[in-house]
Amino acid sequence: MKRILRIRVNGRWREDALADNTLLIDYLRGPLQLTGTKQGCDGGECGACTVLVDGRPRLACCTFAAAVEGCHVETIESQAQNGRLSPLQQAFHEKLGAQCGFCTPGMVMAAEGLLRRNPQPDEAEIREALGGNLCRCTGYVKIVESVQAACAAKEAA
Amino acid sequence: MKANRSGAGARRPLIDGVEKVTGTAQYTADLPAPNALVGRIFRSPYAHAEIVLVDTAEAAALPGVVAIVTGQDCDKPYGILPISQNEFPLARERIRYRGEPVAAVAAVDAETAERALKLIRLKVVERPAYFAAADARREDAVLLHDNKRGNLEREVHNEFGDVAAGFARADLVREQTFRCAEVTHAHMEPHAALACYEPERGHLTLHSVTQVPYYVHLSLARCLDMDPSCIRVVKPFIGGGFGARTETLNFEIVCGMLARAARGTVRLDLTREETFLTHRGRPESDIRMKIGMTREGRLTACEMEMVMRGGAYGGYGIVTILYAGALLNGLYDLPAVKYDGYRVYTNTPPCGAMRGHGTVNSRFAFDALMGEMATELGLDPIEVRRRNLLKAPTETINGLRVTSYGLPEALDWVERASGWRSRYGRLPKGRGLGIACSHFVSGSAKPVHWSGEPHATVILKLDWDGGIVILTGASEIGQGSSTVMAQCVAEVLGVDWERIRVVASDSLVTPKDNGSYSSRVTYMVGNATIDAAQNLKKLLIEAAARKLKTTPEDIECLGEAYRSIAGGQTLSFNETTVEALVGTGTLTVKGNFTCPEDFQGGKHRGGAVGSTMGFSYAATVVEVSVDEVTGLVKVERAWCALDCGYAINPLSVEGQIQGAVWMGLGQAICEETRYENGLHTAANFLDYRVPTIAESPPIEVGIIESLDPNGPFGAKEASEGPLSSLPAALADAVRNATGLALRELPLTPERVAGALEAREREQRAAARKSARQPATEGAA
Repeated sequence: MKRILRIRVNGRWREDALADNTLLIDYLRGPLQLTGTKQGCDGGECGACTVLVDGRPRLACCTFAAAVEGCHVETIESQAQNGRLSPLQQAFHEKLGAQCGFCTPGMVMAAEGLLRRNPQPDEAEIREALGGNLCRCTGYVKIVESVQAACAAKEAA
Repeated sequence: MKANRSGAGARRPLIDGVEKVTGTAQYTADLPAPNALVGRIFRSPYAHAEIVLVDTAEAAALPGVVAIVTGQDCDKPYGILPISQNEFPLARERIRYRGEPVAAVAAVDAETAERALKLIRLKVVERPAYFAAADARREDAVLLHDNKRGNLEREVHNEFGDVAAGFARADLVREQTFRCAEVTHAHMEPHAALACYEPERGHLTLHSVTQVPYYVHLSLARCLDMDPSCIRVVKPFIGGGFGARTETLNFEIVCGMLARAARGTVRLDLTREETFLTHRGRPESDIRMKIGMTREGRLTACEMEMVMRGGAYGGYGIVTILYAGALLNGLYDLPAVKYDGYRVYTNTPPCGAMRGHGTVNSRFAFDALMGEMATELGLDPIEVRRRNLLKAPTETINGLRVTSYGLPEALDWVERASGWRSRYGRLPKGRGLGIACSHFVSGSAKPVHWSGEPHATVILKLDWDGGIVILTGASEIGQGSSTVMAQCVAEVLGVDWERIRVVASDSLVTPKDNGSYSSRVTYMVGNATIDAAQNLKKLLIEAAARKLKTTPEDIECLGEAYRSIAGGQTLSFNETTVEALVGTGTLTVKGNFTCPEDFQGGKHRGGAVGSTMGFSYAATVVEVSVDEVTGLVKVERAWCALDCGYAINPLSVEGQIQGAVWMGLGQAICEETRYENGLHTAANFLDYRVPTIAESPPIEVGIIESLDPNGPFGAKEASEGPLSSLPAALADAVRNATGLALRELPLTPERVAGALEAREREQRAAARKSARQPATEGAA
């Protein structure tokens, strides 16, 4: 059955008729064409679809759209503002935290969620917060460095 | 030459990096195709069977189903190697592994396509299936492929140097067996393809996740029986490959077949489970390794037998089994080698090329045994490697040329960085250090398809706007190849980075390229790019000379300006471009690169495999702690030094080395595919465990620059060489920590704990025995 759902996506309230069993990832990638959120596995294994729901990281592939009614969903597309990359995006770009880039949107959103609740995490906290996000290219070394660089940039700003 | 901000040697972020961090990069599944039909594949539940009937009538009758294709729709076998094309996009007559595609459906939506799959009836006669190489090789085994006796796809037997004499003069000869589990690439982007067939013109466009658009193009033309000029293959952003996508994969052809049958556009996104089933990973390998050594630690001879469980079809198999033997050479000075290789067909998903193709498992066995023997002789394992170094330039006993060799410096670097001398053998209980070395080719000197063309061709376009476009067929898959090419152009022409754009891998506009595999791109396409940039520079210098009424010899290229040395007048880059276009219009120049024949390996059968113009060299030290109760191996830190010739982009080189080290660690400690009666039981990221960020170590990288005489600015490959050293370095470290030589990968907690327990049992039994001994004597 379809219902009209009211969801705020990247700062903008939307009303869409969605089936009860529509997954958040399919809503984002389908009707909204927000394809930055990636599907890397068959459900909950890789973290590539991580988005923020009311500021907290969540897997869009394991979340019904109906479950986030009235919530604020933020995706990778919301992170660059006025033509400027977010500190995390800038750092992932400059420090080569992204190689093939497929895990990057989820990785950046998970890190964004971490920095909002803990602006100066130590290395162990970074590794713990990103523990559900797989990357096959980097060995994670430059991902940790990217998050640390973003923290330093935020501190300096 | 002084590196400019964007030229060779600069730490440039990726030229396509912004799109990746903003989420605007479009991967195949992200491409808009609003009216595309949805494709789904019907896969075999049988591991080995004769097909009696594939009944699709009921499925075809389902409203919303637009097209169904089966093995009946394609009778042309395909395969990457012209000599072993024995696979059909959809099984015909025979099914050889569980999960093999049998039929495919295109429907108006996913639900309809999935319902249609449930209506397809498959009738078969089952045949005996073999999931282990030894079972498939049994004399009474049914053949998977009728022309392959003993289910052997290829046997390799060769001997170089006097092996018997080598063992005879050795002071220590040791022989051990090693086993490596099958592993797979597990690139983060699941497989996907998007095919558009235009029935009015008979044209097909395929977007796919490939590393080798040209081979896909060839296979499509062959399997769909179409003229290649009516096919366009485009590679969008690619979420990694690591070798999985270095040959045409069944779903790519199936997607094309569906689009043509449906006379429209079909999107075929595979699940993660299907991506695992498509496989092409590193085969399970059983290895018998025998090494001879003098008491000073000099290698005298080596004998290896390698059995690979290859899976159901040929793929790259012949190359893999040849690589495994060929690249025993080229790392150390090895005077005699005997190699017996067996590539076996089994009823499991086909193996293929995976990062470090063919070399990783043999390197594991060789370097692990070398380390064991060093210990037995009371020698330092780094010192033993120093005593067996090659002296470049040289040619190995099997005809491989080594022209640059930074292994000595790499060993020095890891020894220093890891604090080896003060720490090796002095760590607390349960902690250990290990070392191994490795190497890999910078592109195979002989291409898969020998067509007489150069190994690489690149086109540069310069138009009135002053923008330089690099047109290349080389597949950027996340490894940074487009960035390296742009840096080559920036270095030669000295222009601003912003002028340069790269268009990679669209057969409609870019020149043919063999693709991204065997680490060929930086070396071969890099050299072709330099050639093209030099050709362009020549035209610009001539134009400037014309405009300034002087000779080309008098013109100095300043990058963004051209200057007459005698007259002192300058022209801006744009003014020079305008002049260069007079009378000819848009400039397009070509650059080529060809490997000379004398680099193409020995004359023996299969001798081309392993040949290259430049080997990368790696030395790796790993530090582990082993929990003696749970058997858990924790990698505390890794140090890897790589001779990549010259780092055109040091940032990228670091990233490649770190990624390779980490992927090698994954194979060493936790990665393993599993089959139960042919059913893949680890076809997801929970059961197929790749290390997470939480359990991955810091990895320190040393870049050694030996300046290869033929590489682009001296560069060689930087991505595959380091990986092969990891399993041996890790096993060496675990042995150093526990005293146990573990020769079966991966070193999971179960295996390590099992070995520790077994040793404890033996020790207790020995203690009991010696306790009884004096009592008996007392009674007597």
